[in-house]
Amino acid sequence: MFRSEEMALCQLFIQPEAAYTSVSELGEAGTVQFRDLNPDVNAFQRKFVNEVRRCDEMERKLRYIEAEVHKDGVHVPQVKEPPRAPNPREIIDLEAHLEKTENEILELSHNAVNLKQNYLELTELKHVLEKTEAFFIAQEEIGIDSLTKTLGTEEGGQQAATRGRLGFVAGVLQRERVPAFERMLWRISRGNVFLRRAELDKPLEDPTSGNEIYKTVFVAFFQGEQLKSRIKKVCTGFHASLYPCPPSNTERQDMVKGVRTRLEDLNMVLNQTRDHRQRVLASVAKELASWSIMVRKMKAIYHTLNLFNMDVTKKCLIGECWVPTADLPNVQKALADGSNASGSSIPSFLNCIETDEEPPTFNRTNRFTRGFQNLIDSYGVASYRECNPALYTIITFPFLFAVMFGDLGHGLIMALFGAWMVIKEVSLAAKKTNNEIWNIFFAGRYIILLMGCFSMYTGLIYNDIFSKSMNIFGSSWYVPYDNDTLEKNTAFTLDPKDSYIDKPYFIGIDPIWQTADNKIIFLNSYKMKLSIIFGVVHMIFGVCMSVVNYNFFKRRYSIFLEFIPQVVFLCLLFLYMVFMMFYKWVAYSTMSEDQAYTQGCAPSVLILFINMMLFSSNEPEPGCKEFMFENQGSIQRVFVLVALCCIPIMLFGKPLYMLSASKKKHSKTESSNGSVNPGIEMQEQTDIINSQPQPKASASHDHEDEPFSEIMIHQAIHTIEYVLSTISHTASYLRLWALSLAHAELSEVLWNMVLTFGLKDANYIGAIKLYVAFCFWALFTLAILVMMEGLSAFLHTLRLHWVEFMSKFYAGLGYIFQPFCFKTILEQEDEE
Amino acid sequence: MACKFCGPKLSLCGLILSVWGIIQLTLMGVFYYIEAVALLEDLPLEEEGGHHTIEGFIHKVEVGYSQNAYNCWIAALLYVITLVISGHQFWMNNRSSVSM
Repeated sequence: MFRSEEMALCQLFIQPEAAYTSVSELGEAGTVQFRDLNPDVNAFQRKFVNEVRRCDEMERKLRYIEAEVHKDGVHVPQVKEPPRAPNPREIIDLEAHLEKTENEILELSHNAVNLKQNYLELTELKHVLEKTEAFFIAQEEIGIDSLTKTLGTEEGGQQAATRGRLGFVAGVLQRERVPAFERMLWRISRGNVFLRRAELDKPLEDPTSGNEIYKTVFVAFFQGEQLKSRIKKVCTGFHASLYPCPPSNTERQDMVKGVRTRLEDLNMVLNQTRDHRQRVLASVAKELASWSIMVRKMKAIYHTLNLFNMDVTKKCLIGECWVPTADLPNVQKALADGSNASGSSIPSFLNCIETDEEPPTFNRTNRFTRGFQNLIDSYGVASYRECNPALYTIITFPFLFAVMFGDLGHGLIMALFGAWMVIKEVSLAAKKTNNEIWNIFFAGRYIILLMGCFSMYTGLIYNDIFSKSMNIFGSSWYVPYDNDTLEKNTAFTLDPKDSYIDKPYFIGIDPIWQTADNKIIFLNSYKMKLSIIFGVVHMIFGVCMSVVNYNFFKRRYSIFLEFIPQVVFLCLLFLYMVFMMFYKWVAYSTMSEDQAYTQGCAPSVLILFINMMLFSSNEPEPGCKEFMFENQGSIQRVFVLVALCCIPIMLFGKPLYMLSASKKKHSKTESSNGSVNPGIEMQEQTDIINSQPQPKASASHDHEDEPFSEIMIHQAIHTIEYVLSTISHTASYLRLWALSLAHAELSEVLWNMVLTFGLKDANYIGAIKLYVAFCFWALFTLAILVMMEGLSAFLHTLRLHWVEFMSKFYAGLGYIFQPFCFKTILEQEDEE
Repeated sequence: MACKFCGPKLSLCGLILSVWGIIQLTLMGVFYYIEAVALLEDLPLEEEGGHHTIEGFIHKVEVGYSQNAYNCWIAALLYVITLVISGHQFWMNNRSSVSM
């Protein structure tokens, strides 16, 4: 946690037979990050394309099966223990099994569609027969003769010969098409077709899609063959299904009977197919989850194997990977397991190689530290082996948050929420949701818990619980006046000389301040000083962290040329200001006998500081001194001058040192080249040797080989930034004061505006009012004070860490270590 | 039982609110009863108490304190009722979701 893990670049030599199992073991262990050894080869030319394709095919089948399972609403059980990647024999089995299942389901659904089609046709026929019954009966009542007469009169006398020979077509049509159909028939026959229709009450089921469709039965009466063929054409055009319908009554009744029995049979068959399908799907559903995990693991393995190189002799696969050195034994073991599992006689081996490349950054985290590490990583991933600020963030982050969020009650709510998430961690983690806000809260549960606990502490110090103070240890102030004086005046100033018992309140702010009129004035000065003190300490700590980095990266010169001037500058100016605050608190008192150290004479620290910087002075009040102690003026002058002297050291120190160092090196390399000059072959060899350590050196010393002007510009920017930032960052810490004051005031306003509404009644109606007022008060407390203020305090804390603290020492130029791990691969795919 | 009128979220909300209400209002009642100075600002007092004597003022304050204490406790009782209702609703919701 202090700094990222040491990484090693390793070469893996694996027998092709053992490659699959070894990579599978490595994936289970999840400790190596493979590098692509053939980046210029495209995805289709790689070695294991066919295997990847097979996996894709299997995934497709699985998706199909899953869709079918979901369509039937069969519950898919979760796997308790995710299966390992299958070995090659199992792959073939699995493939065959999937093939078989897919075919079975395909066939089943195909059959079901056919059966349903049959069923639909039969039901339609049944409806046609039943509905047309009514038409025919009606016709018989009117008498066909009369009908033909009416038709006949229009057609002319010729029809009389064929009277009684009316033809008809019966069928079923979708309901929404009926009006168009009717109009079309009218047009093509010039009104010579008689159409009767009846709507089906119940919707029918479409066999392929399963949608419900409403249909209408129709019978079209007409005369003559020509019309018949035309009508049939129209029917096909409108996708109407026509059914044969015998004209005589008895035949129709027989047919209805026949259709009914056939329908019953068909229904039975349909039920049986449905049961069978259910059984098949249920048995598949049990295995489905584990199959899909196995297939995804296989695919991941083959993708990884695609990153490997083939040896020249085609006898072994070579892979390169980054491994944390602490995990090397695990990797060795995984490799051994892998080659054992495949039964190959030659063990695969691991070879650490030297490299000048920057390794990835890997911080081992647990569930407690992960949240804090994420806060840092979202600013920038630490450079390799750089000092990791996340370790200190664990304490400083909740603390600075709590300084802004100090309220015992609100802190308690936040801590309870965090504690609930921490306690229910396992069951809550199992419930995966896509609710982004919830996921953010849950990922930061330990941060929330700590922030809540720290806020409770600062709330106790500020003596604030929902904006009220608690008088636990007994206030140190008392009222020295008698009743008579009290009655005549509305407000008094309590002089510590005669109303203070000379023993401070046990912890935090004295509760007497809650009833004081000048509470805000007092708290303002207190919190402002507090935030400057915390800020300066925090920044000095940040600057000191850079020593650890300089020391580790072997840039000792930077300690003298950068760190010491920086820290001296900061201490002489700002730590001195902090010292003045403390000195003022300690030295000045109303009880003091010396007139210069009584309350009226206390100088303003800010004015003193400004005068110190500008070398000016103010006339003190009569009887007071301008400075707090002897020789303060001259000491201050020295401090400012020394601090100013630090600036040129920061500015020119490092560039000049680099210049002289590179000159020395130049003379050395020239001489060595001059001595080794016997032949071309030798020359080449030395070049290789020389060229190897060169880049390594440049990797650790960042701008070594840059020209002098560049270094100078860098350093100038750096110096100006640092000097200006000491002032602006110190001022930036004042946000601690501003936010904590705003929080306290807001909670007081909420109490006075809302809850007091229920407390100002002199009778029992107040209880009802209180009930309602409390409800609103609780709601606003949660929404505004805990959620909104909490978020804003969180963001300001984040800024204080990212900008004010981390800019002092943190480079954040690394890239993150992404190990090949089945767990993360599966989780990522689940999220998609 | 047919008396399910809150959803699962509303009943949970009522549950949390009433637990919070019971705890805080009971405690506030206790503090009013022991006449905590911090709560003096919230007492039902008439403005401009200058015409009264000190004894009269003190008497008024004491009456106000005890009145507010009782009001707090009554409100806490109301929250106990809320707790029972929303607890029942919560239980109903849970049971129905399990049986489904």
